[in-house]
Amino acid sequence: MTKADIVERIYEKVGFSKKESAELVETVFDLIKSTLEEGDKIKIAGFGNFVVKEKADRRGRNPQTGEEITISARKILTFKPSQVLKAAINNQ
Amino acid sequence: MTKSELIDKLVEANGLLSRKESEAIISIVFDSMSDALKSGEKVEIRGFGSFTIRARDAREARNPKSGELVKIPSKKTPFFKTGKELRERVNCA
Repeated sequence: MTKADIVERIYEKVGFSKKESAELVETVFDLIKSTLEEGDKIKIAGFGNFVVKEKADRRGRNPQTGEEITISARKILTFKPSQVLKAAINNQ
Repeated sequence: MTKSELIDKLVEANGLLSRKESEAIISIVFDSMSDALKSGEKVEIRGFGSFTIRARDAREARNPKSGELVKIPSKKTPFFKTGKELRERVNCA
């Protein structure tokens, strides 16, 4: 499934043109992305939470050469699925 | 930001949209993704990320309170992989 399928569903169910539907879907993901970029979380009941986490420096190893390297501190995005979504996926 | 705040943001971003329409759109976005995952399908949103279903093997674990051994059946779990664009934006801000 891709954005095109979401656009199709909005076109069919809400009655916007395909062009408007595509622009709206684009705006929705842009809003989500800029919120996460600012470090805020996104909480969608029934779906899950997107949370930005800070990772500290850590030591790693280049698996090819065995050389020790430092993996720099970074921010990563994590997704925690809601109980509702997990249950639905397991047909409960 | 919660789902209802996202609905408000979409109304603000698009001046011609009613709150009811915005609510319908946001619901369709997440319902479409849930439905796809429920049917075992992969979801791929360019610039955002992709969701796949991963299988978890059955395992034995202990109830930390009673120490009792419990069997955990195999299950499926949704997995999100952040897209390149978003991964870079989140890390650089």
